[in-house]
Amino acid sequence: MGLNKKDVDSTSLPVTRNANPTFLTTKVDFVVNWARRNSLWPMPFGTACCAIEMMASAASNFDLARFGMERMSFSPRQADVLICAGRVPYKLAPVLRRTWDQMMQPKWCISMGACASSGGVFDTYSMVQGIDTIVPVDVYVPGCPPRPEGLIYGLMMIQEKIKNESLINHENLRREDPEGAGKPQADVQEIKALTGAFGNSTQQDKLSSLAQTARPGRFKDILE
Amino acid sequence: MTESTGALEQILTEQFGSAVMGTELQCGDQAVVLLASGNNFEVLEWLKNNEEQLYELLIDVTAVDYGSGKGVQVIYQLWSLKHKKLLRVKCSLQGPTFEISSVVSLWSCANWLEREVFDLFGVHFTDHPDLRRILMPKNYSEGHPLRKDFHLRGRFSRERQTEIALNQSYEDYYRPEQLEDLSTSKEED
Repeated sequence: MGLNKKDVDSTSLPVTRNANPTFLTTKVDFVVNWARRNSLWPMPFGTACCAIEMMASAASNFDLARFGMERMSFSPRQADVLICAGRVPYKLAPVLRRTWDQMMQPKWCISMGACASSGGVFDTYSMVQGIDTIVPVDVYVPGCPPRPEGLIYGLMMIQEKIKNESLINHENLRREDPEGAGKPQADVQEIKALTGAFGNSTQQDKLSSLAQTARPGRFKDILE
Repeated sequence: MTESTGALEQILTEQFGSAVMGTELQCGDQAVVLLASGNNFEVLEWLKNNEEQLYELLIDVTAVDYGSGKGVQVIYQLWSLKHKKLLRVKCSLQGPTFEISSVVSLWSCANWLEREVFDLFGVHFTDHPDLRRILMPKNYSEGHPLRKDFHLRGRFSRERQTEIALNQSYEDYYRPEQLEDLSTSKEED
């Protein structure tokens, strides 16, 4: 850790009984990030079958606590990472947004499973097509549902992300926008890009998706 | 069982005349009564209270939209506790607005079931005490999702749907008097 015994003038330091120095030098970033990444408390937002796998991750076989997720924090005020496990209907969208807004900085978000990440098979009138339209997402864990190893790997990716953060660079902190709670997190173009691949509410046939994604001339015969 | 449906049809026709359009057996032993619209309350009241029938338990209220101008069919599933018999009552409605009498005064469990049918099929139950949406958000303004003429992904674009969803208020899910109770209990604290 950069501490060299012969460089330390022991007479000017507070000493213990065996005369060893009681401090060490390091970087603030390193210590802060080390503390943060090893005490991530998840806020479980389990709405469907992914939540079962999330519970399994916390149980003794997989034991999330090994990685510092010691306690599922059922209050967003004490949580560091939001795990959205399962599909989110539009009726639940403002609840998810409010839960995210209530979490303290710094905070991270995991979108667990196909439904939370993209709407999954629920491409219907009542379902949010990916929670990244509502809250910013750090890590997407694919799967239907993902195995506990997948979730743990996702959390370890968050740990890796925290490792590279810096206190000086505040761009890493989340942009807070309480005024914008009624607006989607993603902009119009982004939502169009996320949901448009299979058509949208006005263009619902398969050909409309071809029209959006096809290279010129490639599906010409089908389209005509 | 075939004989018993025939007997039931005879009794019902004696009681209500042309309001009863017929009976049939479905799935082997499921007795079904077909009604013209506008008479459902009288027939169901009689089925509930008549000593011979006593269909005292309303299991389900649901509906089917047959599309292409065939209208919506409201379906009541009844169970007689005494005689241990199931009965299905179907009532056809013709558009463009679908109206039928509420049976909440007969079975109070019909309250939420009829709200669900209203929410998803747009059937208006007259004399219902509290006809609001129950599954979809209160500010949902795209219509009734289980109708055949409803777009699979909704009428609005995704960004509009997301914005509408984020702008709903949690107060939407309470009745005004419940909100009053909440505010008075806060003042007491």
